Amino acid sequence: MIAKEKKVFARSPVLTPKITHYCPGCGHGVVHRLVAEAIEHYGIRERTICVAPVGCSVLIYKYIDVDMSEAAHGRAPAVATGIKRARPDLFVMTYQGDGDLAAIGTAEIIHAANRGENISVIFVNNAVYGMTGGQMAPTTILGQKTTTTPTGRSENEGPPIKVCEMLGTMDAPSYIARVTVDKPAAVRKAKQAIITAFGRQLDNKGFSLVEILSPCPTYWRLPPVKAVKRIEEWMVHTFPLGVYKDKEAANA
Amino acid sequence: MSGNDAVVEGAIRAGVDCYFGYPITPQNEIIAGMAARLLPLGRVFLQSESELAAISMVHGAAAAGKRAMTTSSSPGVSLMQEGISYLAGSRLPAVIVNIQRGGPGLGNIAPAQGDYFQATRGGGNGDYRTIVLAPDSAQEMLDFTFQAFDLADQYRSPVIVLSDGRLGQMMEPVELRDPPARKRVEKPWALTGAKGRDAFFVCSLRLPVPELAEHNRVLDKVFREIERREPRAEAYRTDDARLVFTAYGACARLCREAVDLLRDEGLKAGLLRPITLWPFPHKKLLASLKKAKTLVVTELSYGQMLEDVRLAVEGRVPIEFLGYAGGEAPSIKELVALGRKLLKKSNRKKASKGKRR
Repeated sequence: MIAKEKKVFARSPVLTPKITHYCPGCGHGVVHRLVAEAIEHYGIRERTICVAPVGCSVLIYKYIDVDMSEAAHGRAPAVATGIKRARPDLFVMTYQGDGDLAAIGTAEIIHAANRGENISVIFVNNAVYGMTGGQMAPTTILGQKTTTTPTGRSENEGPPIKVCEMLGTMDAPSYIARVTVDKPAAVRKAKQAIITAFGRQLDNKGFSLVEILSPCPTYWRLPPVKAVKRIEEWMVHTFPLGVYKDKEAANA
Repeated sequence: MSGNDAVVEGAIRAGVDCYFGYPITPQNEIIAGMAARLLPLGRVFLQSESELAAISMVHGAAAAGKRAMTTSSSPGVSLMQEGISYLAGSRLPAVIVNIQRGGPGLGNIAPAQGDYFQATRGGGNGDYRTIVLAPDSAQEMLDFTFQAFDLADQYRSPVIVLSDGRLGQMMEPVELRDPPARKRVEKPWALTGAKGRDAFFVCSLRLPVPELAEHNRVLDKVFREIERREPRAEAYRTDDARLVFTAYGACARLCREAVDLLRDEGLKAGLLRPITLWPFPHKKLLASLKKAKTLVVTELSYGQMLEDVRLAVEGRVPIEFLGYAGGEAPSIKELVALGRKLLKKSNRKKASKGKRR
């Protein structure tokens, strides 16, 4: 007798069925899915506004089926602030890469966090500029070769910037965590962190940010499997995983 | 009240929902006034971390369908050009008030009109224009700020009120009134959450060439419509004027007084004051020149509006230019002396022509 079929996995209805433009082995696809599942988890698709970044995920509006606004490079937290202040009843999030959030948009993310702005930020850190062709990012690791650090990042550029550590020192943010998506167990943890972050906004607890270490096989010049392994071998030493701020746990 | 306070009054009367701004002189009375007025009304006021952030916050609130504005002064408005370009590309209505000061760079905090090109030529990257309203009194600071919201909504475009430190700081009587309003337009494009409809993407981004080309055509159509329908100017004693001054904002007030003094001497002078700097009132300027032998352009820059005047006049009459910058301005005495000299010269020419015949 054949066992009755059991559905164990399905595409979230918050994701569109479009095939993404992302390179093979890129982490954005997994992170998009987790964001969609977290929106589905809370049943908030019809009151979500996502602010898209400039960078590889500028086309996120094609893949996540919610209302979206554009922002100039780095300004997503300011645009999200405008939307959230105008419509506090809506769920407002940004989706940003490392160049967008940690270089050109440093002022916007620091001040949105410091105001305790009631928005949620998904920060995808792959240590390189992807869309423009593999230049040094603010989070490029010491020694990492990019088109603008051809012999590896050095003291010439200074060490990478650590966003969670920096924002974790502030009083206002509710939840700041760093996760990765290199293994199924890590993906599950990442989803939990995103759900926690979104929950903080829904409970009016203020600013939350989840940084996701994500592979970029194309500009790490590695095959996808090796790129994923590289996160554990190489990236987490500079960017340790963990929760950097949790006001609710502190209050408990 | 001061012109800056009048801006606050106009914005409140227009029903501004959200204000975002960053301190800079000489517009600080506006940001302080907005904080004092908006918060008790339960509307949104937020001091941003920079002008870049302020205009992006305006972008967000406008995308959510709200009436949003910011104010600044010249160097701050330069920083906002990024956001103004994105607003134009995303077809979002917003109001930006520029209380101009001396430049380039940090310049000084004295009144100037050096941002004419930036305001009337788009200012940021890409092919776009913004409506530019130029008040010349505290009353018009109120009226034009009010009307800017209607224009922004109607054309789904950022609108700039281009004033200067003199008008902003100057105190004069203002009638607290609602100027003529246009019909409030619906905003079916606003981001509200995709409830019972497809998701919207409010954006300037259009990667495929045919899509951006079509978007540019749509924008151009809107700009042409604005050029047809919205040019405004004030013609003052120009009907029989043999000499016409052209000036906007604070400079126009000086010219108006000079015109009256010249008329007292029996000399036929007039003033054509552009109210919209874009669209520039070409036809109204030409209509004021029917009897004119000379046109005097004066502005607090070394010749920015002058270029639009030349384009409008196309050599029909000789143009004299009087420019000041850095906070200096022409005196009424100087304007009268120049007017007298030019009018007497043209009278002499007429007389000598008569003799030769």
